Amino acid sequence: MIIVFAVFLLTLLVLTAVAVVRTENLFVAVMLMAIFSLLMATNFFILDAADVALTEAAVGAGVTTVIFLGALALTAEQEKPIVSGRWLPLAVVSVTVLVIIYASFDQPRLGDPGAPAHQHVAPWYLEKTAEFIDIPNIVTAVLASYRGYDTLGEVFVVFAACIGVLFLLSVPPVKPQKSKSSDNSSGLRHHLIPQVVGRLLVPFIFLFGLYVQFHGEYGPGGGFQAGAIIATGIILYALLEGEAAALNAIPKSVLMAMVCGGAMLYGMVGVAGMILGGNFLDYSVLHSDPVIGQQMGIILIEAGVGITVCGALLSIFHAFAERD
Amino acid sequence: MLEILGYYNYWVFALVLMIGFYAVVARGNLIKKLLGLSMLQSAVFLMYITLSKVEGATAPILQKGVEDQIYSNPLPQVLILTAIVVGVSTTALGLAIVVRIKEAYGTIEEQDILKASGP
Amino acid sequence: MNITPHLPALQVVVPILSAPIVLLLRPKGMAWAMTTVTSLMAFCIAIAIVSGVQQGQVFNYLMGSWSAPYGIELSIDSFSAIILLVVTGASALVLIGARRSIDAQIESHRQPFFYAAWLLVLSGLAGIVVTGDAFNIFVFMEISSLASYVLIAGGPDRRALPAVFKYLIMGTIGATFYLIGIGLIYIMTGTLNLADMEVRIHEVADQSPVLLAAGFITIGLALKAAVFPLHLWLPNAYTYAPHVVTAFLAACATKVALYVLIRFDFFVFQQNLSGHDLQFSYFMIPLALLAALVASSMALFERNLKCLLAYSSVAQIGYIVLGASLVTVAGLTASIVHIFNHALAKGALFLAVACLAIRLSSTQLTDIAGVARRMPWTMAAFVLAGLSLIGVPGTAGFISKWYLITAVLAKGAWGIALVFIIVISSLLAVVYIWKVIEQAYFREPQQANGAVREAPLELLAVTWVAVLANIYFGFYPAIPVSLSSAAAELLLGQMPQ
Repeated sequence: MIIVFAVFLLTLLVLTAVAVVRTENLFVAVMLMAIFSLLMATNFFILDAADVALTEAAVGAGVTTVIFLGALALTAEQEKPIVSGRWLPLAVVSVTVLVIIYASFDQPRLGDPGAPAHQHVAPWYLEKTAEFIDIPNIVTAVLASYRGYDTLGEVFVVFAACIGVLFLLSVPPVKPQKSKSSDNSSGLRHHLIPQVVGRLLVPFIFLFGLYVQFHGEYGPGGGFQAGAIIATGIILYALLEGEAAALNAIPKSVLMAMVCGGAMLYGMVGVAGMILGGNFLDYSVLHSDPVIGQQMGIILIEAGVGITVCGALLSIFHAFAERD
Repeated sequence: MLEILGYYNYWVFALVLMIGFYAVVARGNLIKKLLGLSMLQSAVFLMYITLSKVEGATAPILQKGVEDQIYSNPLPQVLILTAIVVGVSTTALGLAIVVRIKEAYGTIEEQDILKASGP
Repeated sequence: MNITPHLPALQVVVPILSAPIVLLLRPKGMAWAMTTVTSLMAFCIAIAIVSGVQQGQVFNYLMGSWSAPYGIELSIDSFSAIILLVVTGASALVLIGARRSIDAQIESHRQPFFYAAWLLVLSGLAGIVVTGDAFNIFVFMEISSLASYVLIAGGPDRRALPAVFKYLIMGTIGATFYLIGIGLIYIMTGTLNLADMEVRIHEVADQSPVLLAAGFITIGLALKAAVFPLHLWLPNAYTYAPHVVTAFLAACATKVALYVLIRFDFFVFQQNLSGHDLQFSYFMIPLALLAALVASSMALFERNLKCLLAYSSVAQIGYIVLGASLVTVAGLTASIVHIFNHALAKGALFLAVACLAIRLSSTQLTDIAGVARRMPWTMAAFVLAGLSLIGVPGTAGFISKWYLITAVLAKGAWGIALVFIIVISSLLAVVYIWKVIEQAYFREPQQANGAVREAPLELLAVTWVAVLANIYFGFYPAIPVSLSSAAAELLLGQMPQ
């Protein structure tokens, strides 16, 4: 049954992808892209990747869509129809698909427990985590500890994107501002239903975000997802109450401090490991009991990740929204 | 059955990858290009998650008191968590550039920008 | 605490953790000062690593103390060491002289972002070089790429924006292809650690997913490295970037992508895929030759000085690829020496251009007419660096050309044809460098140039340091050559003869 469902979802995924490319209305394309991400997230869930599904839903369908819409508001909603036939790209693309499909026949089949990928490194994680770190969620253990250096890098990717967007959009707009009516900047204040529903939702989103943040060791979740979810909550607040109210609640300087502080927190946990006699990002030395040290380290760096991601996504959102 | 799904997942990866690639190469609208780019990246996520699946397994979250449980491979999932964040970062930066291009050139169509830039 | 074993980690950690601090430094000049000091520290760490490597020390570092294929391992051999020297040296040198040029091109309230991005580029590139983990390369590649898009977008000309957009698209496609390749290898081997991968790929070599992976990784990295004909993003990105950014990126950004390409193709694939050496040669040699010829010819017709030098970079990348694609120790040595020497020559040339640009506010060839009378030191630096680019004896460029030609001649009869093409391409380089010299020395200055003075002292000083390095390594090439030949032997060492 689940397989029929999976095949159905995957087919829908391809159709959505084609629709995104074909439509000339960019607003529609962005909305379809959000659906694409949700379908993708569902697929991940079917394939046992709960953490990834949660992230794809929060980041892919949520935050990415909001940023796209912000950019659309500043650019154009309609794509120009393409004039010339593009046969060359189509030919290249078709050949590549065939090559990839040809290569697929030599691969280990899906779910084969004997595949090399499941034999070599992964079993070690599944076996040893209970002994070394003792948290149930292996994905969190690998993410935060075994491959914590990758995650540090990833925090700095977000950091780089954030300073990039702020750098690019710190140039004053070239065109004279159209005089905007005031109701635009006050969000949806005059619409009763979204107002009420939204107000009810925002606290629950925060609560869920915090749960995801602190429950990451036991269930799906962690800093990234929590940061993205809380940022989404605040963006919703900004849409309801207006840009200004959201910036009043969390000013830009605070956001900047969050972006830098979270990244520094992560880095400092790593440096602390070094000073206490271990290697960089070695959490075992943080406490006399290495297992507790690992858990402390993971909680700290997950907090760093959450703070940076939340601050960065909000800074990016405000940078786009302000220009409007 | 799972075997068919395995191939199907993989072919969908190939198709979506190339649909995204086509949008990037063949469409002139810069936002459409970025949509294609995120699709290209999503396709790779699908490939990694497909290869993390183990038959009869559950998500890699250890369950207390359950013996002989098989878990799916956690490593590709971790890699994709990272890649998703990389993807949204690239998209955000790309969109900021598009906004600036719109302000500087008054258009986000590749052809018109080329014309405006001159030879 | 003893610092030495931590050097590989510090090489990345020092610059990357300075980036958030720089962002918070508001007083004018502080961001620059902190960035420069950090960059100098990174350079010192690189020197310490190089001297360790030369004494035969091997640097392996386990991140988080997790043992190798499970955690992420940093590993530095002589190949990584020489690239580290190039990356950190270029960053430190350019930054010392860069302040006034950046003040002229970037508004002061945007500068903290700019300097933070600079540090991220530096730490990203260093991170790629020191790591021994395939996926970690991807993460740091993205850090350095995203940050370098930011740096390039700082160019005041509006044409910088479409240029950087194109770079972003092509760079992301390259990175995604690389990621696909890594995934396919992971399916077949179950590991991400490069050393482990090299051992385990042997059992599954010649199965179609591995071949496909080799294809995706090679194309993806070639995109990042601007190997002809995937170089389309490079000329405009280099032309419209802020001048000092061009000097920094031209010296090292594409070189690091080439480093990964060479490491993968030799370390992981070459020894295990049957016939990979031949395929690599037949595929890469024509492209390398075309790059040398076509890009050099394009440079002849360019009217913009930076664009001219950018096309010249594409041609020089061709030489580097040519050396590697011979798949011999001599060829690979030539290739790695050329990475080092070309960074010196091109860095010096772009620094000289930055000197010109800060006084002339233009990089069009017609605008530099007669400028040698006003800025004799700058133009003298340009000429000497140009000679190194061409490969005149007594300069660093000569050393790598010499090694390249020796390596090519060892290939027998068709080697002579290759030498012929290298000579033609070098002659083209003579012509385009001469075009600049002719404008600067033998044309009447334009009216508007009356008040032009010599460039600011610190910028001129670092330009001359780079030029003198070109001459020094032309006479005493021991350091780069010994590192490169050690690296080449290492990369080809276990190859069955």
